[in-house]
Amino acid sequence: MIATNGTSQLPDDQRIVISGIGLTAPNGNDWAEFRSNLLAGRSGVSDYEIRYVGKTLAGICDFDMKRYQTRKDARRGTRAGSVGIYSANEAVKHSGLDWENIDRSRVGMYIGVTEHGNVETENEIFELKGFEYDTSYWSHHHNPRTVANNPAGEVALNMGITGPHYTIGAACAAGNAGLIQGAQMLRLHECDVALAGGVSESIHTFGIFASFKSQGALASHEDPAKASRPFDSQRNGIVVAEGGCLYVLERLADARRRGAEIYGELVGYAMNTDATDFVLPNADRQAQCVSLALKKAGLKPEQIGIVSTHATGTSLGDAQECAALRQVFGGCENTLFNNTKSLIGHAMGAAGALELSGNLAAFQDGVCHATINVDELDPECALDGLVVNEPRETGPPRYILNNSFGMLGINSVVIIERI
Amino acid sequence: MTPDEIREEILDILENIAPDEDLGDLDDGVAFVDQLELDSMDFLDIVMELRKRHRVQIPEEDYTELASMASTVAYLTPLMKDLQKA
Repeated sequence: MIATNGTSQLPDDQRIVISGIGLTAPNGNDWAEFRSNLLAGRSGVSDYEIRYVGKTLAGICDFDMKRYQTRKDARRGTRAGSVGIYSANEAVKHSGLDWENIDRSRVGMYIGVTEHGNVETENEIFELKGFEYDTSYWSHHHNPRTVANNPAGEVALNMGITGPHYTIGAACAAGNAGLIQGAQMLRLHECDVALAGGVSESIHTFGIFASFKSQGALASHEDPAKASRPFDSQRNGIVVAEGGCLYVLERLADARRRGAEIYGELVGYAMNTDATDFVLPNADRQAQCVSLALKKAGLKPEQIGIVSTHATGTSLGDAQECAALRQVFGGCENTLFNNTKSLIGHAMGAAGALELSGNLAAFQDGVCHATINVDELDPECALDGLVVNEPRETGPPRYILNNSFGMLGINSVVIIERI
Repeated sequence: MTPDEIREEILDILENIAPDEDLGDLDDGVAFVDQLELDSMDFLDIVMELRKRHRVQIPEEDYTELASMASTVAYLTPLMKDLQKA
């Protein structure tokens, strides 16, 4: 049974809730620290240098890799794998699941990625150059590190999970897409617990920086903390970030049975496709995606308390998303809008999941975190209810809507209800 | 390189491959797999590192010679005796 008009009429074994959050972000290595730094307006963007591109900026994570991984496993695996392992272990710990006694064949892993394999391929080619491209020096680790399921497979190896694992390749919509996939698999009873969300190791590939630079979409600023500035008239592109955020998802009936703390219910979601351009977004299709998610949740736009925007700091993309949001939310006086990328940069495959988690805490503290670095609001990005530079205290919202869009015109929206 | 220098080189490679292991108590006469957590990918790492560092090519049929420190040093000594320690 799939919800098409709200979830409240669904039986509890079809209602999907969040019961654990594990993350690493450029400005926080657990949910509480992340939230605290978002509310304080503390940026996680810093100076960064990578081969061929040279000095640039990035959102860099400093989580303790050795907390859940041996040094040998970290060396053998990938950065995305380590991010996933840290996030998954943190999420399970946060959930209070009886992990030692749980049936791990009933745990599924659905991890969104923007890309995977570029880091290892670039590293190997760099090494190979020193051996005059003699492929007998090519690493035997290359294939297990670059298969598309690697980040999820490493989590499975680390945690002894024998249920289904795979990644969801969905460009920068992947964080939401992972969450949606996890919910769908729970509804189908393909698993009893889903570890779902997204990860990114993208700052370790020079190609992503070089490509954005060639596209005229790589942010620069003398002050790293000011570089990621969605909606500001002086915005000049994307700050690439790494990170991960995985949720423990369960059916409401199971979560209640074990007395779990519930951080929100996934009451609506939608994915659709622009089918108009490789990179340029389509405001009409984004608006349709948001409207479809609202319809599935059985909600009207004015019922949404916070919209967590996707805006990345590009000239065109931010304006297009705002145009889409005006189509849907025009006249909604009580709906607030914010942007987490202004604080951490664009965490690619992790972005949607991380940005949602940064806002989910509003269910508890009643504050909408700010979009920082809006020194001069671009009129094309003016939205009534846009929270800029200072957090706004409004009391806990009932619903949060999270946008996450990506290249090739992939759009995803999730709506979470406070319960 | 002398057998002692070759042994030092193998130890250095092992420290990279198995960074969690204490190599101080390594018994040269006992198989690596009986005292360290090494698998087939790790042995390929040893082969690859020797190839990258010293251009030493070890054919697949000789991989069994790398079973223990003693057998590894004995196998490599004729192959590396004319090499200088870096």
